[in-house]
Amino acid sequence: MKKLILILLAAFGLSTAAVASEGGIAWDKFPEAKVTDVAALQNGAKLFVNYCLNCHSAAYMRYNRMRDLGLSEDQIKKNLMFATEKVGDTMKVSLDPKQAKDWFGGLPPDLTVIARSRADFGKGSGADYLYTYLRSYYRDDTKATGWNNMAFPSVAMPNVLWELQGQRAAKYLEEKDPHHEGRTLHRFAGYEQLTPGTLSPLEYDESVGDLVAFLQWMGEPAQNDRLKVGVWVLIFLGIFTVIAWRLNAAYWKDVT
Amino acid sequence: MAEFKQVGANASVAEKLLTWVDNRFPASKLYKEHMSEYYAPKNFNFWYVFGSIALLVLVIQIVTGIFLVMHYKPDAAQAFASVEYIMRDVPWGWLIRYMHSTGASAFFIVVYLHMFRGLIYGSYRQPRELVWIFGCAIFLCLMAEAFMGYLLPWGQMSYWGAQVIVNLFAAVPFVGPDLALLIRGDYVVSDATLNRFFSFHVIAVPLVLLGLVVAHIIALHEVGSNNPDGVEIKETKNAQGLPLDGIPFHPFYTVHDIFGVSVFLMAFSAILFFTPEFGGYFLEYNNFIPGDPLKTPAHIAPVWYFTPFYSMLRAITSEMAAALALMVLAAAAFSTRRFAAPIKLGIWIVAVAVALALGLLPALLNWFGALAGVLQPLFSALPFLTGIDAKFWGVVVMGGAVVILFFLPWLDHSPVKSIRYRPRWHLYVYGLFVVIFLVLGYLGTQPPSRAGERISQVGTLFYFGFFLLMPWWSRIGTFKPVPARVTFAAH
Repeated sequence: MKKLILILLAAFGLSTAAVASEGGIAWDKFPEAKVTDVAALQNGAKLFVNYCLNCHSAAYMRYNRMRDLGLSEDQIKKNLMFATEKVGDTMKVSLDPKQAKDWFGGLPPDLTVIARSRADFGKGSGADYLYTYLRSYYRDDTKATGWNNMAFPSVAMPNVLWELQGQRAAKYLEEKDPHHEGRTLHRFAGYEQLTPGTLSPLEYDESVGDLVAFLQWMGEPAQNDRLKVGVWVLIFLGIFTVIAWRLNAAYWKDVT
Repeated sequence: MAEFKQVGANASVAEKLLTWVDNRFPASKLYKEHMSEYYAPKNFNFWYVFGSIALLVLVIQIVTGIFLVMHYKPDAAQAFASVEYIMRDVPWGWLIRYMHSTGASAFFIVVYLHMFRGLIYGSYRQPRELVWIFGCAIFLCLMAEAFMGYLLPWGQMSYWGAQVIVNLFAAVPFVGPDLALLIRGDYVVSDATLNRFFSFHVIAVPLVLLGLVVAHIIALHEVGSNNPDGVEIKETKNAQGLPLDGIPFHPFYTVHDIFGVSVFLMAFSAILFFTPEFGGYFLEYNNFIPGDPLKTPAHIAPVWYFTPFYSMLRAITSEMAAALALMVLAAAAFSTRRFAAPIKLGIWIVAVAVALALGLLPALLNWFGALAGVLQPLFSALPFLTGIDAKFWGVVVMGGAVVILFFLPWLDHSPVKSIRYRPRWHLYVYGLFVVIFLVLGYLGTQPPSRAGERISQVGTLFYFGFFLLMPWWSRIGTFKPVPARVTFAAH
């Protein structure tokens, strides 16, 4: 019996390890506090409409929902909308699917719920992925766009944030393979900054954090309300449970 | 017909109204029979709360479902967007949607616990066989309801999960492809499929489900509830003919259940408000990508509540089917010993036919290459000797794993009902059964692997062995004496 349990545990351990190691790099932790930070979300919204919303739509998200981020409709219209759409419209793009197919090999995915869809059991949340992905671009001349990504190898999208981040190259070390005599391993050893961006690496991480916070919020705009309501619901149910418990005891005290 | 009752001239309006109704509809009678004068054993423990909770979850699902249907669009082009519309633009829509999605998983948790209670206390034994059978039918309906409901959000997992499961029906010999076509209404899962699943999910199955729930409760109240001791309380009555160990359902168990329900609602709300995706188990991450017929996800797994059965389906490889064929032959050899020659022959014909259908001969060829000279020409002459695709047997095993539950009342031959008075090792067998069920469930969520396949094959054999060998093992051991009255300590 004990042996069986051990075997089962070992099998689980192995299978989870196998899942965790397949494909891509480990994900960095997204700074979660930003999702409730209005200034960060507003900055994220600005980055989103400027850098993402040209090719990617957010077709289930209305512009005026950004009032939840402390913006007035007027502010949204003046600062975050650049074409003829109405403030109650959803965030659509006019990218021609045919051209998109020619340029990128397919239609860029809608980003409304992208943060929810990219989570992976054992690797992290969708926000962790996006935070890692947007910070993993490097120059690679073998690719059609001239860009490659550590978190999403051979990605179709070039680094649209390159002006902010600057251009980087991936450094590799040649190491002796400990298991095979005479062979070497090609090991990734960080990035090398080729040209500086308008932001320092630290500022860039902050900005990407803001952008991902916006994507995370947009995935479920009600999420902060949900947590707030949840606390009250649990407080109510906690009190109700105590009353129900005592009521039950009062009814049953004479049952013999 | 009951006697026509008269009320006194100075009776209250309420009394007059009730009498008026009672003369035309058995309102008071129903209330008494099912609530205030339904005598339930007083020794219920916490395991007995899950029936009431299941009823509550059913109500939650129906009520939230009604509101969801007001905004949802059963249209392949609009379904995904309409769910996001509910999540964003419908006031409190996110709450309604999360109640429904969390409720689906909660339903299965509660029903699994409810069934396990029945299992350990022998609640399916005489005279409660029909209570159990109605319950199993409810479980089957629930599975159909959940499966079809899962297609409606039209995400990648919805789409491909439905595609995989419907394709299973195509493995049925002869009629399979037509059957799959009939279910889908198209050659792939499409708008037509979504519409019929919607129709089944919102009206057809719930209608059957509600009827079965009523039948389940009527049958239960006819025979009376079992209890953790497995003692029949109706056998010890007082002078008024009321069971000594019974207590009116209302108010004693209603107040009990209110307490249980409030604890349940705390857990339910904690998940709903703080982690509605439940780590990708209640709402799968992939399902936030709209269903795309051209992009097959790398890993397709059903929602957690189906995974134990899905594991059993995947466990049936052609190798496993051949192993089952050998077991069928061994069982025939074992069982024919005491029969007369004609019956013996009949059993052997059936057993050999089943073994051939399970693909015994191709497996033999695989194991002993030397047989090629004999078997190859045989296969080309009589192609049916290669047996039926293992995929079909996987479907049979998956279905069988649910159907076998219906026969439980006749499989259990233990002299006592409750686990309390059965030999200690029976408890360990039940414990192992739970562990195996959970392991199968876990493996079903994982991508296929060699080790996982082996473990799920062992698990599948244990699952079926548990039930099919129950007529023998449930009789073995030293049973403790069952008391005449229930064991009850005042609160």
